[in-house]
Amino acid sequence: MALALQQLINGLTLGAVYGLIAIGYTMVYGIIGMINFAHGDIYMVSAFIAVTAFTALSMADISSVPLSLLLVLLVAVLFTSVYGWAVERTAYRPLRGSTRLAPLISAIGMSIFLQNMVQLTQGARVKPIAPVLVGGIDLLSVDGFTVRLAYSQILIVLVTVALMAGFTYLITKTSFGRQQRSCEQDRTMTALLGINVDRTISLTFMLGAALAAVAGVMVTVYYGVVDFYIGFVAGIKAFTAAVLGGIGSLPGAMLGGLIIGLIEAFWAAYLSAEYKDVATFAILILVLMFRPSGLLGRPEVEKV
Amino acid sequence: MSAATPLLRVDRLTMRFGGLLAIDDLSLDVAARQITGVIGPNGAGKTTFFNCLTGFYKPTIGSVRMHHPRHGVLRLEELASHQVARRAQVVRTFQNIRLFPQMTVLENLIVAQHNALQHASRFSLAGLFGLPGYRRAEAAAMGKAIGWLTRLGLIDKADTPAGALPYGMQRRIEIARALCVDPLLLCLDEPAAGLNPRESAELNELLKRLSRDDGIAILLIEHDMSVVMNVSDHICVLNYGRKIAEGPPLAIQRDPNVIKAYLGEEDADEQLPPETTP
Amino acid sequence: MATLVLATRQESAAARLKDAATVAVVALLLGIPMIGLTTVDQGGALRVATRWPALAAFVAACFCGRLLLRYVIDRLRQRRRTREHADTATPNENTAANPWLNRLGWGALAFALLLPVAFSDNRYVVDTATTVLIYVMLGWGLNVVVGLAGLLDLGYVAFYAVGAYTYALLSTQFGWGFWQALPVAGGVTASFGILLGWPTLRLRGDYLAIVTLGFGEIIRIVLVNWTEMSGGPNGITSIPRPSFFGLPFKPPGDAPTFAAAFGLEFSPSHRVIFLYYLILLLALLTNLFVSRMRQLPIGRAWEAMREDEIACKAMGINARNVKLSAFAIGAMLGGFAGVFFAARQGFISPESFTFNESAIILAIVVLGGMGSQLGVVLASLVLVLLPELGRDFAEYRMLLFGAAMILIMIWKPGGILAHREPTLRYLSGSAAR
Repeated sequence: MALALQQLINGLTLGAVYGLIAIGYTMVYGIIGMINFAHGDIYMVSAFIAVTAFTALSMADISSVPLSLLLVLLVAVLFTSVYGWAVERTAYRPLRGSTRLAPLISAIGMSIFLQNMVQLTQGARVKPIAPVLVGGIDLLSVDGFTVRLAYSQILIVLVTVALMAGFTYLITKTSFGRQQRSCEQDRTMTALLGINVDRTISLTFMLGAALAAVAGVMVTVYYGVVDFYIGFVAGIKAFTAAVLGGIGSLPGAMLGGLIIGLIEAFWAAYLSAEYKDVATFAILILVLMFRPSGLLGRPEVEKV
Repeated sequence: MSAATPLLRVDRLTMRFGGLLAIDDLSLDVAARQITGVIGPNGAGKTTFFNCLTGFYKPTIGSVRMHHPRHGVLRLEELASHQVARRAQVVRTFQNIRLFPQMTVLENLIVAQHNALQHASRFSLAGLFGLPGYRRAEAAAMGKAIGWLTRLGLIDKADTPAGALPYGMQRRIEIARALCVDPLLLCLDEPAAGLNPRESAELNELLKRLSRDDGIAILLIEHDMSVVMNVSDHICVLNYGRKIAEGPPLAIQRDPNVIKAYLGEEDADEQLPPETTP
Repeated sequence: MATLVLATRQESAAARLKDAATVAVVALLLGIPMIGLTTVDQGGALRVATRWPALAAFVAACFCGRLLLRYVIDRLRQRRRTREHADTATPNENTAANPWLNRLGWGALAFALLLPVAFSDNRYVVDTATTVLIYVMLGWGLNVVVGLAGLLDLGYVAFYAVGAYTYALLSTQFGWGFWQALPVAGGVTASFGILLGWPTLRLRGDYLAIVTLGFGEIIRIVLVNWTEMSGGPNGITSIPRPSFFGLPFKPPGDAPTFAAAFGLEFSPSHRVIFLYYLILLLALLTNLFVSRMRQLPIGRAWEAMREDEIACKAMGINARNVKLSAFAIGAMLGGFAGVFFAARQGFISPESFTFNESAIILAIVVLGGMGSQLGVVLASLVLVLLPELGRDFAEYRMLLFGAAMILIMIWKPGGILAHREPTLRYLSGSAAR
């Protein structure tokens, strides 16, 4: 029971991170109808920026945890958004209206490029940082097993909830949100109405990257280690989350993230830690086979 | 088959997309060896009707029965889209041309004969070793393709990639490709769209010959009234998914319902040329 | 078409400078966290290190590069415009076979046949050439799936792994020989191809890509963790090497050996040369097989499926079977390459079958030009030889390949040597082929 509660906490934390990354996949899919394979790597880049920023702050003797978190978030979000923008501008925009396969391949190329770029400039070794947020609340103790809610976990969940609220407001209530949704429905018509479609798509990529940056900072705080390969696995899992929730649906992405996080946590605890990634992939395949529109997505009618 | 039995009987077909009723209780008979026109304003459900016939959509309610000379009665709405073409020999073209653009015109027509060739190639083994049976089948397929290309005046473009040809020609290639599947019923979705008057006139001739000389039944969606009124033996008018009129061209041209719903109140004469050229 | 996006209509020098300056600013922003700053381990704790000169060089390079690129693009566009005015008739490049390419292909084949003779005393060259040929074979196999059928497979290495492990297990556990195991391994990998293809058939292209990626990872994770079967991370060792029709490549001993049978003095390079010719044979057979398949109904159906799946269905083609056959045959060819790999190395472990390997094979197919047999050879050569040129090249190899994949897609989505030869012709009388 205690173990289950602990895994529930861990799973929700993990799920919040996957959800944040999944939103980036879902938004980009919604607006240009393709999977941004490089999104996981954007998240990885942001984790490295976070490592550098945390290290710089600790060298500058800034010891206030809230202040350093805020600064790192700001820096990571800013720089990562530029990465999101640049990825769209170089690898995807020139290929709009090209063959079906071309943007997929250039996305793979971008993913390979970013991974190797980070490996070359930041090193292939695992980067451990000094713990930022230590401690937690002991919830209960059964038979010597203590259920612990770490402060970093509280932080992750709170930040995610706040971001989701802000984001929902942005998409449903603001002018940018309307433009973004109208681009999803009909890009040509949106352009005819005098809306700058290119700008809207760029902003969508930047927003997705910003959310991935938050996820990257959170993961750095949570695990304390980062390497250039984290984007690959997290990317697939977040993508699975987006598909499970129904690609194109924002609440779906969050829901999918939470489900994947929980399944992974419980699978690792009760079945087998080695095969937890296999569980995710199996879910992905099953969802695509039996319910390709996901839990909250709209079914796609094949246009003939 | 007696003259009374239609080739295709559509019975109370209904197609619903969420809240949208795209086709509403449509019944229609398509006679063998005849040209049946389906007209109606944009969004009347014509293409949806084709998609239901050819297995791309599963209708919500209703049936489509095909009286096949060899296979008996086939329920098209229960067949997968490729089975509609293969077993029922109901073959369609598309409103927004769907050729294999990088492949040559000839290859497009050979691909349409895939099933016969694949059978002759015996899981590709006979083909891999170039056995005589396969070679004969391939020669026959080439012969059929070249025959249609010659008839449709496309033979000098046989080795050109289909995507590189002008629009009007691509429309004709799509029809030629469909003909290579040996259709009993050919469903043409706006074959005259984008054609110039001369090409339209040629199309008229072709359709008439296909139905009269080759015995192919044709179901024709078309906006170009000079084509529909000219070639159709029978016309069905759809509006908002419902059939509002049905009959021979002359009757349709005078039908007040059609004029009102489809053409507006007064300009009937302008858009529906009453005289038909032979 | 691509240049349209790379550069908007600006031709004055000031506009070009301004554009290059914008690029430089973006480069600066991108470069600060990755090039300008890094963290280094100092006594167990990370410290930030700066590399401002490198960053400055990077930004300057971006500025100058953009300026130059812009100039070249503008020039090219101008020239194209004048040329388009000059002749209205577009030359039909697609239908004319390129004799130059054909000659290059035969030349490459002759070179490949003579290579071990020319370098018989240089084991390193023959070894490297063998590696190139393994990638050529993998590239030709993946070409069936990606180039012909248009299905993006990001987990191709899984089939390579299945082939390698099948041979390793059959030979070490049951004492099977190379030639016995080869067809069985082909059958096993083809079944795996169908296993992967089955659930993914109805999926759109990008879903398919990510599922294949997941499939590749599943196979790798199983290989790492199922220790009883695969030996886990340690892999399988002492896999028997192929013999020359039963004659092993060994120093003279009791049993008859290759060297003894042919009255040669024993030399370890015999085996290297034999392995080279073996993979050359396998690769050529693959090439022959794939080019022949392409001219058969099934091959044309693959290409038609790539062009338009809906139209295929309307022509009565069973899309499911066509896709499955592409998956199965692509997988089988990858499996054959895997068998050879295991037999050549004598040792395999999951480390040889990571996503990176799938990415390399995909890069070979994409860069070579999807559907182009010769292009695959050239891309494999570059990819394998680049790291041999020096450590720097080895480090930058995948970075360059990632960038090249993007650029190729923008510049020539069909690949550098993109040229599609029709499978049959009306005019040249190939009806009686």
